[in-house]
Amino acid sequence: MIDDFEALKVISEHRDQAVVVATMTANFIWPQVSTNPGLDLMFSGAMGKASSIGLGLALARPDKQVIVLDGEGSLLMNLGTLVTIAEMSPRNLVHFVLDNNVYRTSGGQPVPNVGKTSYTGLAEAASYANVYSFDDLLSFKNDIERVLKQAGPTFITLKTIPAKERPPYPLTLTSSIISRFRAALQSA
Amino acid sequence: MDIKTSTADKIVRELRKCGVTHVVGLPDGESNSVYEAAMTQDGLTVVPICREGEAVAIAAGLLLGGKTPVVLHQNTGFFEAGDSIRGLALDLHLPLLMMIGYRGWRRDKPLTDSAAIFLEPMLDTWGIQHYLVESENDVQAVSRGFKEANETQKPVVILLGTGGG
Repeated sequence: MIDDFEALKVISEHRDQAVVVATMTANFIWPQVSTNPGLDLMFSGAMGKASSIGLGLALARPDKQVIVLDGEGSLLMNLGTLVTIAEMSPRNLVHFVLDNNVYRTSGGQPVPNVGKTSYTGLAEAASYANVYSFDDLLSFKNDIERVLKQAGPTFITLKTIPAKERPPYPLTLTSSIISRFRAALQSA
Repeated sequence: MDIKTSTADKIVRELRKCGVTHVVGLPDGESNSVYEAAMTQDGLTVVPICREGEAVAIAAGLLLGGKTPVVLHQNTGFFEAGDSIRGLALDLHLPLLMMIGYRGWRRDKPLTDSAAIFLEPMLDTWGIQHYLVESENDVQAVSRGFKEANETQKPVVILLGTGGG
């Protein structure tokens, strides 16, 4: 199992000029580790839809890599997104899912069918171009550069440590950063 | 009953005149002719979705990335997509034109389908302006709605009604 803070630090070190859409647990943590906050879209407001807004961004800006930091509870609210993304097949989309078995932001209640559903398996069945799963930090660190260079769409499950506490950082509302994000993206 | 093909073609041409680049949607019994016309229109990309709640979020990403999308699905899907419309289109002040197939719309008879009965009161409650398009004569509502969405930075709905009930 991987510590989610450490996992996101690794992604941040390798994101370069990519756009990042971060939701749920990642929304709390990402601002603490981001190396390029102007291109971060902290996503709130419609749970489950981070990958959908990431798809729209990827289609609009094929010149930019778009990284979505999703949660498994969030993905479960919008499973059709896997098929929709596979249909459009954007080469520049990387879809991470932090799988910690619980709804962390509401206090650690288990997600449905906890521990038995393979999200990587679902993405593979939907026909994502590449799928990966990591459950230890060292392997993830060793492979992330190669993973991010693949032509997407790419799906990565990160098996992270379950936690009952909300991360000790505030949630960032999309409405509070959207103007800054739009301006940064236009000039990027 | 679906919108006539000639009306659908005119709607899609109107969308192109407005600079629309993407139609994000799901075909339904009323708007399928518009969906099909969009699929063959040069310069338009159709983004097919599995469930209506995806549409506004995908459109939001396209808008933020500098494209000009519209959403297309049925009124049943409007109810399904409520959280995306609330949390994204309304809260983020997105200038988004949504074309909604008006299942159950009947011009000259009382409405009996709850998908139609609750639709306009719901749009009014949410403060979303809406215009009805039933025939070729109404198609300019598309441009009007598009302009209004951009002026007000809010979603505007075009209701695609056939009146056949």
